[in-house]
Amino acid sequence: MRVPFIYVARNLFARRLTTALTAGGMALVVYVFATVLMLAAGLEATLIATGQDDNVIVIRRGSQTEVQSAIDRMQAGVVESLPDVALGQDGQRLVSKEPVVLINLPKRDSGKPSNVVIRGVTANGLALRPQAQIVEGRMFRPGTAEVIAGRSIATGFRGAALGETLRFASRDWTVVGVFDAGRTGFDSEIWGDAEQMLQAFRRTSYSALVFKLADSERFDAVKQSIESDPRLTLEAKRETRFYADQSEALAKFISYLGTTISVIFSIGAIIGAMITMYASVASRTAEIGTLRALGFSRGSILVAFLAESLLLGLLGGAIGLACAAFMQALSISTTNFQTFAEVAFRFVLTPGIVAAALLFALAMGFVGGFLPAVRAARLKIVDALRAA
Amino acid sequence: MFFLRFVLKNALRHKLRTALTVAGIVVAISAFGLLRTVIDAWYAGANASSSARLVTRNAVSLVFALPLTYADRIRQVSGVAAVSWANWFGGVYISERNFFPQFAVDAPSYLEIYPEFVLSDEQKKAFFGDRQGAIVGRKLADLYGWKVGDQIPLRGTIFPGTWTFNLRGIYDGATKSTAESQMLFHWSYLNETLKQRFPKRGEQVGVLIEQLKDPDEAAAVSQAIDATFKNSLAETLTETENAFQLGFVAMSEAILLAIQAVSFVVIVIIMAVMANTMAMTARERGAEHATLKALGFGGGFVALLIVCESVLIALLGGGAGIAVTFPIANAFRESLGTFFPIFYISDQTIAMQLGAALLIGIVAAVFPAWHAARTPVVDGLRAVA
Repeated sequence: MRVPFIYVARNLFARRLTTALTAGGMALVVYVFATVLMLAAGLEATLIATGQDDNVIVIRRGSQTEVQSAIDRMQAGVVESLPDVALGQDGQRLVSKEPVVLINLPKRDSGKPSNVVIRGVTANGLALRPQAQIVEGRMFRPGTAEVIAGRSIATGFRGAALGETLRFASRDWTVVGVFDAGRTGFDSEIWGDAEQMLQAFRRTSYSALVFKLADSERFDAVKQSIESDPRLTLEAKRETRFYADQSEALAKFISYLGTTISVIFSIGAIIGAMITMYASVASRTAEIGTLRALGFSRGSILVAFLAESLLLGLLGGAIGLACAAFMQALSISTTNFQTFAEVAFRFVLTPGIVAAALLFALAMGFVGGFLPAVRAARLKIVDALRAA
Repeated sequence: MFFLRFVLKNALRHKLRTALTVAGIVVAISAFGLLRTVIDAWYAGANASSSARLVTRNAVSLVFALPLTYADRIRQVSGVAAVSWANWFGGVYISERNFFPQFAVDAPSYLEIYPEFVLSDEQKKAFFGDRQGAIVGRKLADLYGWKVGDQIPLRGTIFPGTWTFNLRGIYDGATKSTAESQMLFHWSYLNETLKQRFPKRGEQVGVLIEQLKDPDEAAAVSQAIDATFKNSLAETLTETENAFQLGFVAMSEAILLAIQAVSFVVIVIIMAVMANTMAMTARERGAEHATLKALGFGGGFVALLIVCESVLIALLGGGAGIAVTFPIANAFRESLGTFFPIFYISDQTIAMQLGAALLIGIVAAVFPAWHAARTPVVDGLRAVA
């Protein structure tokens, strides 16, 4: 015979203050746990979405990031003439040879400087990244000191909004457009004409080459031919892979730190649940005796108290998740350790995170309620009835 | 005396509950201390910087270098006592996991400007005499088991190729806040090799470091230096070493703010747990409190009884929490290796932990104490737990 669920639920309601405090503690733990996972998921989603699967990015061997890489014109020419490069509508090879540098810009709200990626692109470069769309103003004109800024740079940094000017490399650059790249890493970049950038920064070599594969399946063969060519000191990666690798350290750092913190915090919340449940058992000793005398078995008493604790956990988990869900409206901008450049990303709530957070909350309830429930189940009927 | 014994007896009435609450506070206070220490570690570089040093870098960003010739021109700026320079090397030792900072420096002038790197005369001589020589901090040497005379291979990421260095000395930090996990080697070795392989990348430095004659002149001297190179191909940005280091910290500000917020969340969580304990305790003793009042003790006395019990438990947990922070921080430092070169618990952190414990005790007792103080005797006597 099972103890009715309504009895379990009403017990929690009868001790409102205690229930609220315990569930509140658990809710905070679940909130921290969920937001951290959302942050790591958001960063990954941003950088993975940045790449296109049939695009290949080529950088100097061992240089890890575009900014550290250098590719001279001779090597760029060799890669450009590979037979596997896709052709555009006008028969041109879909290759973008890009200088990529960092510049120091002050943030709009705090004035503190941070590094922003400046990318020199060509018409081909834009064709290779169909996710980037101009949302304000217009495209820059090739051959001029005009640039377009990604959406999060335009709002986050001084001098980067539409119509403002930026000064770097002894020139003034006018921001003539703002582009939205669908919440990818490009939203945290500034784009200008590749040849203008090379001249302004007095460089003769490009930083990275991006090209589209005519046949996506041929990637391994292309990689092989680039990396085994004695004239080239380059390495090739799929663009999706390249950007995923770049977020690895920061995403790992966030999720490690967050998981460690959540586990430590959960100890506090579990202890809270334990205290509550022990008190609940102690103050209802006579009631438990009565239930047993009525014929409820030890097992059903155990289940009833565990259910009460699990319900407490579920309540905390639901409140914590609801608060965490509001975080989706926010975005966060910080420096990626690996590229040393600013990257903006959102909190993303995935079904996996919802499940993980609720499981976590239930686990806290279970661990906290188990020992008290065992104590309740082991009470002797006579002793319990006498306790009243 | 009677009062204190009363409080103590009360606190020990429910041994299990008190023990659990204390355990919860220990966890929260130690977690709080650890998080504060992580934040401190981030600022360690800036705290260790000297106010008598300026750092000059390319105004565009650190990615761009400065010509070495700038060193001679900066030396002529009045107020500058000495000039040195350094390049971030960014090499990889065996795998990316083994991260530690490496700088190519002009060794004699650099060690002159940074007296906190303490190196014996003998090792200094050996280092200066070997073109491929390098020195490392004590912590780094201990971590990888390096001894003087060892060869250290690094794979360059900014400067391609494999570079091999001979370990000629191990320096100690003059103070606790000196970074002992760096590697320094000769800039001239880097420069000569670069000139052979990539002639255009030679004779360039990442940052120039100036020693000031008088720290109070920092603002004027940095302006004078930047004015010297105004409208040149490589405009400069000069700031104090402290500002330069804080610039790095500011880049991760969002993460730091999050850690800071989270460190306060743990205190709030445990406050809820503690408040729950006190609320239950006070509720169970409703009849007792009424009896006390019937005997002639005032409502204030009953309230004080509850507050003192709560503060006692909180301080007990807080004290134990501070005590366990030290071994935890040690373990954390060992496992993180060189990621945080400086990692120790500051006095301020300990003070904050104590303050947090006290706050938890008081806040948790406020509502139950207020409630107990103003419950009429009759209601209290009638109450059932």
